[in-house]
Amino acid sequence: MTLHALTKPWEPMSYGFLDASAKREIRRKMIKAIAVPGCQMPYASHEVPMARGWGTGGLQVSLTLVNPSMRVKVIDQGADDSVNAASIRRFIARVAGTPTTMDTLDADLIQSRHRIPEEVLREDQVLVLQVPNPEPLRPVQPNMSIARQMHADADYGRMWLQLYEQIVRSGRVMQGASYPSLVHGRHVMTPSPIPRWDVPKLHMAKHLTILSAGREKRIFAVPPFTRVEPLVFSDVPYKVEDHADLTCHRSGTRGFFMNEIPQDDGTSVFEVSDSAWGVKAIRRRDGEEVALGETWYKNGKMPS
Amino acid sequence: MIPVLDIEGLSKGFTLHHLGNQIEAFKDISFTVGAGEFVLLKGANGAGKSTLLRTLYRSYLPRAGVIRFHSDDGPIDLARAADIDIAHLRRTEIGFVTQFLQARPRVSAEAIVAEPLRLHGIPADEALIRAREALATFGVKQELWKAYPTTFSGGEQQKVNLARALILPQKLLLLDEPTASLDANARAALVSRLEELKAAGTAMIGVFHHPGDVEKLIDRVVDLTPDFIKSEDRIDVDL
Amino acid sequence: MTLTLDAPRIVTTHPLLQVHHVSKSYGSVNALRDVSAIAYPGEVLGIVGESGSGKSTLLRMMNLEETPDTGSYTLDLPDVEGNLFDLDRFARRMLCATRIGIVYQNPHLGLLMKHSSSGNVAERLLVAGERSFATLRAKATAALEASEFPLDRLDAPPIELSGGMQQRVQLAKAIALEPALLLLDEPTTGLDVSVQALVLDTLKRLQQERRITMVIVSHDLGVIKTLADRVMVMKGGEVVEAGLADQIFQDPQHAYTQQLVHAKL
Repeated sequence: MTLHALTKPWEPMSYGFLDASAKREIRRKMIKAIAVPGCQMPYASHEVPMARGWGTGGLQVSLTLVNPSMRVKVIDQGADDSVNAASIRRFIARVAGTPTTMDTLDADLIQSRHRIPEEVLREDQVLVLQVPNPEPLRPVQPNMSIARQMHADADYGRMWLQLYEQIVRSGRVMQGASYPSLVHGRHVMTPSPIPRWDVPKLHMAKHLTILSAGREKRIFAVPPFTRVEPLVFSDVPYKVEDHADLTCHRSGTRGFFMNEIPQDDGTSVFEVSDSAWGVKAIRRRDGEEVALGETWYKNGKMPS
Repeated sequence: MIPVLDIEGLSKGFTLHHLGNQIEAFKDISFTVGAGEFVLLKGANGAGKSTLLRTLYRSYLPRAGVIRFHSDDGPIDLARAADIDIAHLRRTEIGFVTQFLQARPRVSAEAIVAEPLRLHGIPADEALIRAREALATFGVKQELWKAYPTTFSGGEQQKVNLARALILPQKLLLLDEPTASLDANARAALVSRLEELKAAGTAMIGVFHHPGDVEKLIDRVVDLTPDFIKSEDRIDVDL
Repeated sequence: MTLTLDAPRIVTTHPLLQVHHVSKSYGSVNALRDVSAIAYPGEVLGIVGESGSGKSTLLRMMNLEETPDTGSYTLDLPDVEGNLFDLDRFARRMLCATRIGIVYQNPHLGLLMKHSSSGNVAERLLVAGERSFATLRAKATAALEASEFPLDRLDAPPIELSGGMQQRVQLAKAIALEPALLLLDEPTTGLDVSVQALVLDTLKRLQQERRITMVIVSHDLGVIKTLADRVMVMKGGEVVEAGLADQIFQDPQHAYTQQLVHAKL
């Protein structure tokens, strides 16, 4: 027997870029995170060829989960074609040999920054959200050691107080993105900077959501069929952005989350934020046979 | 006669630590007071008349002796009773009347007078009505009822004080010169109220600068002048 | 040389608060040495002593902020059992939030200075689980009103308020949940004399209206005299004397108490 027979030939990198021990650590932390929904699990957060703060947390989770048969979709603020999304998608495909897609229905793994697609995700799909600040208590408790103790005690009085203060000072809850939400009736988490529009999509969803912060080195998860309840007073209902009556000026689709595009004359036009959904709507309008999935919002309303 | 208070061998002295000496106030005093009886304490200045009253009220801690008080809950030795029992008895059965009012800012005269009634469980509106009656009896003008006694003259304050101290019939009343600086009308009101209470069975022990004010109420005199300790006489006090 | 007092005979209710044989040392310093204290329902217990006497440490223990080396602490309340020093952090927090109110000398310790005043009061209710904004608002307003806080300043942050007003916000927060026990740590120290009198008056009125059991700590005998039914005098971590307030002030027995009382008069 020769040494050659016992070893593998040299390769430029491990499958999926991360080495086996890094992926094993992330798998273990993901399992923990799923076991305690909404609870932040620390992890090592390895170096990837991308600057911290640009989705390294999400990327590490994606690289750990992918296999050559998984179809990957990457979106940034709803768009598949932004530079950041395109770069990450291409990188995953290169190091893991995965097929890629822009169609939500075709994707097995969706890595996203700041949005959840408008089409309902299925049991067999995984959503990976990039998280800049995983600690919802940071605005009310700068000391992270105490914040962790507060999570342990479910001591969320200060979070509620923040909402109270907003209503007192501004007449309404000012929190836009990253709306703090109670997961499984126990841990308050930030759902990452998704708009309020997207938070209800996490509630009792069929798919698994993994949230990962690379710079802050924290993973947390919303397992399938888990309660995700935005913190609201019983007499001040949760409000999503007022986009239900807006129409996309390019695709004509209506009742979805929109990007506002200011015009030279001071007015604005709107464009659907989920670009893949907009593209499919345009293709269907143009007579193409396109499969449109079921959407979370129907006629601009989230069925309760 | 139903006994209210049996005092046996009561002594009181003060230890002044910073001077390193002892002051004896009175020693080995014994007497009994029954229901509806009025006992006048007599003695030279410094004989310990006020000290005795305060010892009976337990503002002062006695050195030795027994103060057996026949409370509604049975006999209890005031010299040894727990603080909380004393506090309870002060609210319910033992009253202390001085010439000084402890006024509180922003509490009206009628509220101050009604307070003992309210603490005794009488509804607030009824307590207020009775408080106004008492203020009227002692000659406090109606326009002052809702005012704050902190701003009153000494004489008016004292009337409010008496109205408050005497509003609730008590089993034992300790009177420490309540007539000092009272005008004639108020003094008459005080005496008639004391008469009323006496007739209703309140036992009273009093120190008066001018015992003549209450002459007709006095049943017995206890002289605290050291030579005459324990001497008890019927009403033959030198008025 | 006085008589030893008997156990209570007429009053048969249990004390609300019982602290027994509490000792605490920090290194070689004995902060508290075998201290015991009781307070009956509706009673105001005053604790006097100079700084370093251990009175504030004792009060912090009553608020479960500190644990002694030895000793026990019980509150006679439904669903509250055993030595409270044995409770875990979570149980302590819930007990303190719902049953005990505290007013600190330094409002920074008790208040969020940049939140609204009403929000400071509402936080207590939020911790206790109140989730209706209208109810929070109404209850916070009621508590502030009871503390005689000017309602036109309801949402002003404490940092913009005077010292006396800050203490009223603390007081409103402390009484918002109608606690069984109200702890006051030098609540009027540092205030102007006239403001001090008004705050004391509010405390006195609240105590009479609601029959809240209070423990008040102060080095100021005037404050204690105004409020307390019974007084405990502390020195060097020990209780040197305890008794009815008027007795402590008129007939102090211990050399230290005499010194204290005479210094005042």
